[in-house]
Amino acid sequence: MQFDSFSDFLTMGGHGVYVWTVYGIALLVLSALVITPLRRDRRFFVEQSMLLRRDRTVDRKTTDIDSE
Amino acid sequence: MWTFFHKMGSPRWYYQISGQWLPWIAFVTVSLLVVGSIWGLAIAPMDFRQGNSYRIIYIHVPSVFVAMSGYMVMAIAAAITLIWKMKLAEVVMKCCAPIGAGMTFIALLSGSLWGKPTWGTYWVWDARLTSVLILFFLYLGVIALYEAFEDNISASKACAILSLVGSVNIPIIHWSVEWWNSLHQPATLKLTEESTMHPDMLYPLLIMIAGLYCLFALLLLLHTRSEILVRERGTKWVKELIAAK
Repeated sequence: MQFDSFSDFLTMGGHGVYVWTVYGIALLVLSALVITPLRRDRRFFVEQSMLLRRDRTVDRKTTDIDSE
Repeated sequence: MWTFFHKMGSPRWYYQISGQWLPWIAFVTVSLLVVGSIWGLAIAPMDFRQGNSYRIIYIHVPSVFVAMSGYMVMAIAAAITLIWKMKLAEVVMKCCAPIGAGMTFIALLSGSLWGKPTWGTYWVWDARLTSVLILFFLYLGVIALYEAFEDNISASKACAILSLVGSVNIPIIHWSVEWWNSLHQPATLKLTEESTMHPDMLYPLLIMIAGLYCLFALLLLLHTRSEILVRERGTKWVKELIAAK
């Protein structure tokens, strides 16, 4: 450990603002890059399964009419 | 070799195999980044000239490395897209742009916030800083150009040409500190010579570099997989995936 106390760790001898801002923003940007495709995938599966179900009910209806 | 190349071009095969890799890469990435950050922030010794502000190096240098390598990946994918019209290469090229833009943004911002306590200014128009800013605009340019076209084929062709032309910027960034008088310090890490950095400071840096490269791989997999799903949504295998959910 390079720091005597936790507050010492936060202030970093006056450079804390710069160091922590950099780490904070890096974490923010990188997590945004991870979350974007994951959310997109979830939305994709929800939307497509709805479409798939609708298609199936439509198919069943048309075959019902055909058999009559 | 050719069967491998052929298989690589199959989106279905790629989707399956990358799904198996994903948890492993995620585990390695998180471990490296957590260990590297704690080591760099709390355990590595203070720099005798710059004080604690130097700890920004553990974000700055890895993000620059990945931003530049990401651009090379994009340019290579662009070349493959133009020559062989491979579907997967086109997807890789498109997905590199937002990831690279994010990495370049972090590189610029961390450099700027490091510059203030060290040089006394957030920004100077010198060769290194300006060429990295151009790299950022190239990434944004590729994203914007892709959105500007209605159909995918012309969009990817235009983007491929832009990324290939822009790749001249990469050697310029690399040698800018040697070709022009720059405020920016020359490279601390050298492949051919002994590093000038003390091992206690160097090891966390190497861990962070490895971690950010793994993160780039992880992000590229996540983004390309998502893009492939959307593009292949009409095919049987994607429909089976949807039905299985």
